[in-house]
Order: sequence, then C-alpha cells, then structure tokens
Amino acid sequence: MRRGRLTGYWLMLPAGLWLAVFFVIPFYSLLATSLYDPEGSVLTGYDVGYRFANFVDVLQEFWRPLLRSLTYAGIATLICLVLGYLLAYAIAFKAGRWRTLLLVLVIAPFFTSFLIRTLSWKLILADDGFIVDALQTLHLMGENDRLLATPVAVIAGLVYNFLPFMVLPLYASLEKIDGRLVEAAGDLYASPSRGFLKVTLPLSMPGVVAGTLLTFIPAAGDYINAQLLGSTNQRMVGNVIQDLFTDTGDYAAAGALSVLLMVVIVAMVMVYIRKAGTEELL
Amino acid sequence: MSLAAERATDPSNPPGGSGRNLRLTALTKEFSTFTAVRSLDLEIPAGTFFALLGPSGCGKTTTLRMVAGLDLPTSGTIHLGDDEITYAKPYRRPVNTVFQNYALFPHLDIHENVAFGLRRRKVKDVDKQVQEMLELVELESQAKKKPPQMSGGQQQRVALARALINRPEVLLLDEPLGALDLKLRRGMQIEIKRIQTEVGLTFVHVTHDQEEAMTMADTIAVMNAGVIEQMGSPTELYENPRTTFVANFLGQSNLIPGTVSSADGDVVRVDMHGTQVSIPADRAHVTSGNGWVGIRPEKVLVAAEGEPLDAPGNHMSGGVVTDVSFVGVSTQYLVRMPWGQELMAFEQNTGRRAFLTAGTKVDVSWRPEFAFLLPASQDVNAGAIEEA
Amino acid sequence: MNGLQRASRWVSDHIVLAGGLLVLVYMFVPIAIVMLMSFNDNSESRNVYAFRDFTFSNWTNMCGPDGMCESVLRSIGIGLAATLVATILGTLAAFALVRHNFRGRSVMNTVIFLPMASPEIVMGSSLLALFVSGGFGGRLGVVTIFIAHVMFCLSFVIVTVKARLSGLDQNLEQAAMDLYASEATTFWRITFPLVFPGIAAAALLSFSLSFDDFIITNLNAGQTVTFPMYVWGVAQRGVPMQVNVIGTIMFLISLALVLGNMFATRKKA
Repeated sequence: MRRGRLTGYWLMLPAGLWLAVFFVIPFYSLLATSLYDPEGSVLTGYDVGYRFANFVDVLQEFWRPLLRSLTYAGIATLICLVLGYLLAYAIAFKAGRWRTLLLVLVIAPFFTSFLIRTLSWKLILADDGFIVDALQTLHLMGENDRLLATPVAVIAGLVYNFLPFMVLPLYASLEKIDGRLVEAAGDLYASPSRGFLKVTLPLSMPGVVAGTLLTFIPAAGDYINAQLLGSTNQRMVGNVIQDLFTDTGDYAAAGALSVLLMVVIVAMVMVYIRKAGTEELL
Repeated sequence: MSLAAERATDPSNPPGGSGRNLRLTALTKEFSTFTAVRSLDLEIPAGTFFALLGPSGCGKTTTLRMVAGLDLPTSGTIHLGDDEITYAKPYRRPVNTVFQNYALFPHLDIHENVAFGLRRRKVKDVDKQVQEMLELVELESQAKKKPPQMSGGQQQRVALARALINRPEVLLLDEPLGALDLKLRRGMQIEIKRIQTEVGLTFVHVTHDQEEAMTMADTIAVMNAGVIEQMGSPTELYENPRTTFVANFLGQSNLIPGTVSSADGDVVRVDMHGTQVSIPADRAHVTSGNGWVGIRPEKVLVAAEGEPLDAPGNHMSGGVVTDVSFVGVSTQYLVRMPWGQELMAFEQNTGRRAFLTAGTKVDVSWRPEFAFLLPASQDVNAGAIEEA
Repeated sequence: MNGLQRASRWVSDHIVLAGGLLVLVYMFVPIAIVMLMSFNDNSESRNVYAFRDFTFSNWTNMCGPDGMCESVLRSIGIGLAATLVATILGTLAAFALVRHNFRGRSVMNTVIFLPMASPEIVMGSSLLALFVSGGFGGRLGVVTIFIAHVMFCLSFVIVTVKARLSGLDQNLEQAAMDLYASEATTFWRITFPLVFPGIAAAALLSFSLSFDDFIITNLNAGQTVTFPMYVWGVAQRGVPMQVNVIGTIMFLISLALVLGNMFATRKKA
C-alpha cells in the first residue's frame, strides 16, 4: 500500500492492546485461578497449586448444571433456527420494499433491556397469566401445572432472547443469494421444496453456522433466564459460576468450571464446524 | 385432464423435439405503474429460432418470463400446441431458460449443474447424458470445476447445456451473450445457431442487440413499448421495415420527408423536396398525403458532381460532403442536401472509387427498389437512440 | 380454473411471509407487555404481576423507587464513556484491518471475533480473575465496569465499521485525488462521510450493549449498581412499575435512532 508502512500498526495498537490486556490475558488469569488451591480465599490469598484435581471436583459436583446448560442451549438453538430461518427467509425474499423496515423491527427489541423483557416473559407465563389460563381451559395443562419454574419456560426465554442473533446472520447470507438461482432451480423441474433443499439451504449454510454459534454459545453461558423463569431444578452452569464467585467466594472452583465450560463449547464448535464443512468461515 | 394436457405438464416425460407451436394470445402484463406487455399475440412455429428484439424496457424479458412461468400475466393465455400452460408452475412446463448472467449454482460443480434438471425428474443414466451434453458444448474436461472457476464463455456454455439436456419443447434465452466481450459473442452466436440446428428445438431468444438477432434467428419480432412492431425474417425486416422504429432500430436509415404525388398499380411516386422518386407499391406503407422516404445508407451512392452514377430513377444533386469516417470495410459519409438534411451514405472500400473529402460537391442516388415509404405520423427518431 | 390457480399461487407466495410476520409479532409481545405495564397502577401490592388500573403516575413519578434513577444515570454515564472510547479505538482498528497490510492482521481478525463467540460468564469471570490477581479485587467499581464494557464493545464496533468500509468503492477516493484533493481532504470529504453511517450504527450498538449488560457487569461491579443490576435486585423482591417506564423509553429512543440511521444510510448510500 502507498501509505506509511507503520500506519497500520499505529491504528491497530490501541484497540489491540485493550483486547490483549482485558480479553486475552484474563483467559490466562482464569486458567491460573482454576488451578488455585481451594484452601485459600480472596482475603488470605491463594496458592497457585497446579491443582488439576479442581476440574475433577467441579465435574463431579456440577455435571448436572453443565449438561443441563448444553441441553437447554441446544434445544433453544434448534427452535431459534426454525423460527429465525422462517423470519429471515420472509424478510429476504418475500418482504419486497418493507425489507429494511422489517429488519429494523428485528433489531429493535434487541435494544431494549434484556432483563426487563425477560421479566415480561415471567408475567406472560405466570400461573394466573393468560397463556396458562388458556391451556388449562383447553385441558392441555392440569389445574395445578405451571409453566414458570419448568424447563419449558427457561427454554422459551432463551429462544426469545437469542432469536435476533440467529436472524441477522441468516438474513445476511440469504440476502446474498441471487434470486435467479432459485428461479433457475424451478425452471429445471425442482418443486419449491426441492429448490429450497438443493439450492437455497446449501447456499445459506454460512448463515446457519454463524447463527447457530452466535445463539448456542451465549445461551449455554446464560443464567438470567434460568434464574428469572426457572427454579433451582433448572439451574444452569452460569448460575453456579456466578454463585461460586459472588456468594461462596470459591474462586478456584468457579475458575475451573468456567474453563471447563469454555473447553466444552470450543470442542463442540470445532466438531460442529467440521461436520458442517465450512472451515473457511473462520 | 386430457392425455395431451397431462403430457404437457408432466416433466418426467419431456417430448423432446416432438414439436408443438408456442402461442401467446392477448398476453398482457401490468405492473403497478406501467404496462410492460400490451395484448400480445404471437405464434412461434415449432423448431424455429425466434428472436424477440427490442430496447431495454420494451417488455421482451417480461414476455419471456411469462412463458417460463416465472411471472404470471395479468390477462391473456399461453398455449403449447393445444395445452394451456399460462398458470402452470415453472417446474411443470416443458420449457427451460438460459438465464441472463447464467444463474449457475455456485455450490455445485459443472457436472451437477448440468445434471440438476434430470435429477429432479428422476431420470436414469444421468451421468451418461451429462457426459454427452458436455461433449456437445466442448466442456467434457471441465466437469469437476465449480462455476466461479470458469471463464464467461465457458459459463455461458454450461448454462446452455444445463437447459438443453432436458430436451425442452421451447428453450428460452434471456440476453444469453450480454456478459461476453464482442469477439467471444460472435463465436457463441454461431455456436448456438449450430446447436439449435443440431437439436431442432424451438429457441426463443431475447436480445437488444440487432446484429445478434439477425445472425441467429430465422424470425425476428421487433418489440417496442409492450407491443410487437413488426415480425418477419431478418432480410424482410431490414429491407422492408414497416415503421420508423424498425427502420431505425434495425440498422440505420435515412428518413426524408416527402408527399405522395401519385399511386398507380405497382409504383408510388413521391415528391421529395422537388425531386420525384418512385417506390414499389409493396414497400410503400402510405399511398397518399405525407410520408417518410426511407433508404439504407449502404444503398445510397455518392459521386463527385457530374460523375456518372449507376441508379436510374432517383437522382439528386447539390449535396456537399460534411463528414468522412473511414471504418475499414467501408467509408461513411455525411452529405448535406440542399434542404438542409444530412444523409448517411456507406461506400464499400472496393478500391474502385476515389475517396471524397469534406467539402466536395456531390450527386446522390439510389435504386428505386431499395427505398421504402412510411407514414408521416410516425416519429422520425423512434428507435434511433443507440443503446449498446 | 385460472382463478383457482392464481389464488393458490398467491397463498403459497404469502404463507412464508405470514409465518415470518408471526415470528416478528412473537418478538414484540413482551415489549407490548412492558409498555402496557408502564401504565399499571400497582401501588397496593407490588408483588403481583397483574394489570389493575390505568394510571399515568408511573410516568409522572418516574424516579419514585429508591436508587432506580441513580442507577439509570450511572448506566448512561458508563455507556457514553465506553461508547466513545470503543467507537474511536474500534474505528481506527477497522481502518487498519481493511486498508493496511501488517503482520498479524489475520491474528487480529480472529482475536476480534472471539469476544463475540465467548460466553459472557466466561469473559466476566476471566476479567474478575485478572482484577483479583492484580490486587484490584477490593476496588471493583465504575472503572472496572468501564474497562469491561469497552472490551466487549470493541469487537462489535470493529466488525460493523469494517463491513461498511470494505463495501466502500475505493475508486471514489482515487477519483477525489485525481480531482486535486489531498489525502487528508479526501479522507474528510469522501471517506469519512461515506463510512459515517457505519460508525453511527456501531456507536448505537455499543451504547445499547453497554447499557444492557448484566452478566459481565455483575461480576466486576463490586458495590456499584447499574440499571440492569438494579432490575436484577428488585426482580427478587417485586418490581416497581417504573422499571417498565424506563424500558418503554429505552425502546422508543432506540427505535427512533435505528429508524433514523436507516433513513440516513438509505439517503447517503
């Protein structure tokens, strides 16, 4: 390039430093914390003990919330994929001149407090709320059954909160598809459903991969929905980590569980990307 | 449903060359702000190479899309033989399209692109047919490549193969050569014409390039503002245009105002700024009042004042050469006539005549059988604005 | 027959759109409830989530609940500061990544992607681990929140500005220089105005991410209470209806800003 050879470094430096000091190095701190000797405390200080047994301990004690997090996040991601694909497809191909406006409407809820919206779901799913009333009237729910404090409520909350993260990447990749390719499929004897499976879906795979990752990862670490919409029986791994840090003060265990969550997620993502055959994405 | 109708809409049994005429009846397509196609009637005989020619926005692509089933007409019908296909889904009519910019599937290789239609119809022996089709378009060695790795000309041939392999009754080509450079385009024109003759299917070709239409098509329909201005063989349209639009859009024309002085038998006489010219009756599209006398520039002969000119009948003197362009095969002159109009004249560079220079006084003439006469009510500039 | 065929095609063309719109409605139901509840007179009993009576008093007495407005102001302050810093640093970085070749560029591109792909709980606890091991465990507060917010906003700013910048036709800049504009003039007259909608969108995104963040903030806040933390606190005891007023105002402001940005982008692009 024509401009000074060092300009790039100078422009990158402040943001790069910030991310290095407050994002990359903290991972190292977390790793160190996870190996602390749990005998210590914040007040007395910790010994860096290279105590790998911490991982075994937290896995034994907290495998249920960890597994529950992955399950809930997985189910929520699948539901998001179906709903999000429908919405993104409608905006990309069927909305005509309303396209930009609809896109804005997808983003708009995202700008309104996550917590307030989740509290709103608490209201909607409440025991005397209209959904429970309606389901009870239709005898789809027993008189004493609840929606709140069930996995259904937590998963519904996760779906709701992370849906925009699914819709936007899906839309971005659907929007790039040349409409003539779909017409060409129809011209070549593919029914709309075959045309979708053979042309639209494969071409939108980058969006599917990005969307599922952007939904699954934060959903697996979330604890707000489990806390507000669930009960102690729906505790997710995020609740446990949060409590270990702030209530129990057991930093070693909290660190180990965080690292474990990250490792599990990274492993799942790697396998998933390999399966989806889109390594060039990252 | 009759047996024939079933066959028309059953893509698993493409008739391939069995040949039925494509007929459009009172076909109309209105969009919210304008009418793209206005009550179009057209019959395209089976096995012909048919071109729809017109400037962009004339409705030719809309017509094509309605035949393909990609757009629905506002009214009117489309028939293939006796079967109506107006509202049949695109994937249920024996019509295939070579899309503008090809619309090749970027995630599939060339082999799978060409196989796409056959696989949807669950045809057997797909690989063998694809192989043969790729041989026809001379791409057999490229089967494993993906479309973005290929040149424009190669992509164009893949698009052709992908449509042709289905042996449609009608093959639609939407500006198929628009993205290619001039030299490649000339080669592909001949190539496509050869393939059409070989497979004997009906080809409907949409283009705004008049040379392309004339090179390839047996029959051309010139379309303007949603209606067909004139239809016929390339020679017919070129030699005997019936509207100023056709005269200007297909090649170039000199259009000179005149008044009909007499019309008897097979000759119409026109007074053209004091000069009497005669026009054969079958080329005169008005027989009284005012009109435009039309003559193609290459039919106009120019010679320095007083020199002999080979053209009995229509002879005018008093011209002055105002501009000379040498374009290799010919020399193009602009000659200002006494009434102020500048006429175009193209002279073949046979080497027999000396070049004329700007300012030379000249005589101009043409053979009467080459002229044509159009109604004065038509816009003299219609279709004259170059687009390509 | 034709009428029927046309009708069936119309339905199949519109069924997907209808489904998509239903999903969109689903996304707006909780917001409608928030708006409705902002007019709920619930002064009798704060624990029951039910619409009792219509009132404007939540709007006129917005700052009634103890500490709520203070937390909102604190969140706005942190949000503005974090947005300012993240937008400036992120825009510079985006220019570096799109317009300059330097060693480590692809590494940087990956590092930028990671904060968006890491669970917040992990980022929050990592940062807490850093602060604690650095001896700042007792001094968590506004500054540590600010640091955390700039960190996670940076990625979003860089990605947003990068997208706008790489969509920019470099011929425009070359044309400007051809027409006697110096490099600086070209930047301020051509490049910056064209990239500005992207920068504005990035700033908007940053602010709302910062204002809305709970998980990372909660771990690194010490005794400081931001608005989401306030909501979290009252959620355990009973939510004052004024929270819904704040929610409604946030929604309306962000909708206005997003729509404004949309029209600005459309006009300029």
